[in-house]
Amino acid sequence: MKLSFTVSTALIGSAAAWSSMSMKSDIPSSAATSRREIFQKGAAAVFGLATAANAQSARAYDLPDLPYAFEALEPYIDAPTMKIHHDKHHATYVANLNKATEGKEAKPILDLMEDAIAAGPAVRNNGGGHYNHAFFWEELAPADQAAKTKPSEQLLSLINKSFGSLDEMKAQFEARAAPGALFGSGWVWICVNQAGDALKLVGTPNQDNPLMKGAADEIMFPILGLDVWEHAYYLKYQNRRPEYVSNFWNLVNWDKVSQNCAYVIEKHAGVPF
Amino acid sequence: MSASKLIVDKALRASISLGSSKIPSELAKSSAAFLSSGATKATLPDLPYDYDALEPVISSETMTLHHTKHHNTYVSNLNAGMEKLDAAITAGDVSGIIALQGALKFNGGGHLNHTLFWENLAPTGKSSRPSGHLEACIINCFGSVDAMKSELSAKSIAIQGSGWGWLGYNTATGRMEVATCANQDPLQATTGLVPLLGIDVWEHAYYVDYRNVRPDYVKAVWDIVNWDVVAERLAAVKK
Repeated sequence: MKLSFTVSTALIGSAAAWSSMSMKSDIPSSAATSRREIFQKGAAAVFGLATAANAQSARAYDLPDLPYAFEALEPYIDAPTMKIHHDKHHATYVANLNKATEGKEAKPILDLMEDAIAAGPAVRNNGGGHYNHAFFWEELAPADQAAKTKPSEQLLSLINKSFGSLDEMKAQFEARAAPGALFGSGWVWICVNQAGDALKLVGTPNQDNPLMKGAADEIMFPILGLDVWEHAYYLKYQNRRPEYVSNFWNLVNWDKVSQNCAYVIEKHAGVPF
Repeated sequence: MSASKLIVDKALRASISLGSSKIPSELAKSSAAFLSSGATKATLPDLPYDYDALEPVISSETMTLHHTKHHNTYVSNLNAGMEKLDAAITAGDVSGIIALQGALKFNGGGHLNHTLFWENLAPTGKSSRPSGHLEACIINCFGSVDAMKSELSAKSIAIQGSGWGWLGYNTATGRMEVATCANQDPLQATTGLVPLLGIDVWEHAYYVDYRNVRPDYVKAVWDIVNWDVVAERLAAVKK
């Protein structure tokens, strides 16, 4: 678990920088582009990257906008959590990933995943953190919209084959996400296996994911994931992770999960960003 | 407990666990009951100060949650795990014994770590800096107290996910070292170092007060370290 001192000072620097930035909570989602620019200029200032004029190439990793407002997932995930989770935690992973990959050949984030563990802690933790969170935001939807979605025939057939039923899959997922089962920080995933013919339930520690060689029995392609780091739920749920996990289902966009499933099976690859 | 009784207990426990054919089953069962009844239950220790005593560094809200929910849960789960372990040992269920190890490490480590943590904190000003033998040792091993704080801070902040930063004592070399452990892995069982000072960097330790800014929390914790306790721990180890 040893990290080089330079990485740790970068983390200290970035965290301090983020704490001093005041992010107004009333920025409307239509100004999302300008908020994104603030992040990118902020990252450039912290890490001494070249000025905005020539640094904003397509190569730098970007913090994606949330597809909904911070309060959209209430009451199951509170607005303050969404704001800090996106604007601080995810943003820090992006900033640190840019620092860690500076001067290297530009690759889409998905392409960093397979060899992320071998690439070392900076890429593993920050690349994984960026991919995982980008993936997570997209599979969630406001509860009233989520309620109108359902698994496709393809997905439902795989669920039934692999778990017996959707309810059984949810029960196993919740058990895998329980504090005694996934200890400390990590993620729980439903993935399509290498053979593309079954779904697997997998837990990974910290910011690993099953796309990474060595993270699980084989490389697998996530179609649904849940962040169980304490920062994902602490403000609203404190130590009550099981309550957070059982409320998660209210926010799952099964249409998106179904699309993920169809995509990863057809392409034999992970969902790209 | 006399030494001879202790030896007999261990031999008895071992022979029962291996299902020795030399012990009649009724005797094995009553021996197992005897051994189980002596098992010590873990209990949640009281804090050495009020819940608001560490403000403003750590809020009353955090201390209450951290002690009455998080630590308390480790204690309950540890006791449940130890009961299951006792049953598995009694039954000679090696597979069952092994299956319990993760939960025992999580919950036993959680209990040990938090017990040490509460003790090595104190209200601001109560024990403001290392002195005497402790200070001399720190200077000897790190060059200065500031250098030690700097190293422990940096390594604690850099922990990925959940874990603890420690100042520990290496009994083999007679020197202090900074070490980190993941999750609730206990320092001594994991590294052999004797714990002198621990800093909890699980998000639950600081999220209410510092949100994602772990560095601010770690920096502030230095104001509430109980150096007297750290000195006592060092003295105890060197005896």
